[in-house]
Amino acid sequence: MRIRKSAAHRVDKVEIQMTPMIDIVFQLLAFFLMTFKITTLEGDFNIKMPAQAPSAGPVEFPPLRVQLVADAQGNLAAIRLGDRPLTGFDALHREILGLVGSPTGPNPLAGQLEVELDADYNLRYVNTVDAITAISGYVNKDGHVVKLIEKLRFTPPEPPPE
Amino acid sequence: MAVRRKKLDISAEADMTPMIDMTFQLIAFFMVLLNFAEGEQDERIKLPSSELAKPPEAALESPLTLQLTEEGDVLFAGRMLPIAALSEPLRHEAAVLERQNKNVADASVIIRADASAKTGVVQQLIQKCQEHGFEKFLLRAKQEARGP
Repeated sequence: MRIRKSAAHRVDKVEIQMTPMIDIVFQLLAFFLMTFKITTLEGDFNIKMPAQAPSAGPVEFPPLRVQLVADAQGNLAAIRLGDRPLTGFDALHREILGLVGSPTGPNPLAGQLEVELDADYNLRYVNTVDAITAISGYVNKDGHVVKLIEKLRFTPPEPPPE
Repeated sequence: MAVRRKKLDISAEADMTPMIDMTFQLIAFFMVLLNFAEGEQDERIKLPSSELAKPPEAALESPLTLQLTEEGDVLFAGRMLPIAALSEPLRHEAAVLERQNKNVADASVIIRADASAKTGVVQQLIQKCQEHGFEKFLLRAKQEARGP
């Protein structure tokens, strides 16, 4: 009787070993914490540029020539659209908008026009990307990208200055 | 005597459940945010910013990433090379594409150039790729509005 009584009172408790699991979980947590990096998204500007210039056929619209002039430090010194000097990328954007923009978006001319970028050798690349941004579109009030001129090419590279 | 034999079962067991819950939540959070695609990003390259640079919607066809440092060297396939030494690896890439029955002209060359790199050097890099039949170029930029 005594034996049976004590057996009935015994608490059968199965203890799960939590320590290894917590160890692994913390290891995982530490790994993900250390590999975590806040990165901004990256996007591209598409440029299709075959090695040979397109064969000289009848061209309806000659390419718009945008010239970017650099100073000795590689900063932007002047912008010219054709022969006209402009004050900055905002002015360039306004000019492009005046040519191919309409209140609702790009007009049909936008698909046909091509821009030829002629940048100085020393010009810092950030200025070139700013010029491409000014030419290729804008973000409207709703946050959507409105594309203007997408056909873009560079003039053949100049030899590096001495 | 009977009173003395009775043992009090005092065990201070911490309740682990909320901590494990939280930890799993944290792991799930970091796992979801882990971006394996950033493998091609390199700390040495500080990309220019543009609000128009939207990430591509579809996966690119045969992408080839060339990273141009401020000094004008190209980081390609884990090696730092001057532009003049790119001919061999580019010829090799073109040969690989041809062996896969892919058109070299359809391959996308992603150019991740540093914001302070010289535009002329970027153009030289493009020209070097053109010599090997590449035609599609993607100039990469950070997707954010430029500061004043």
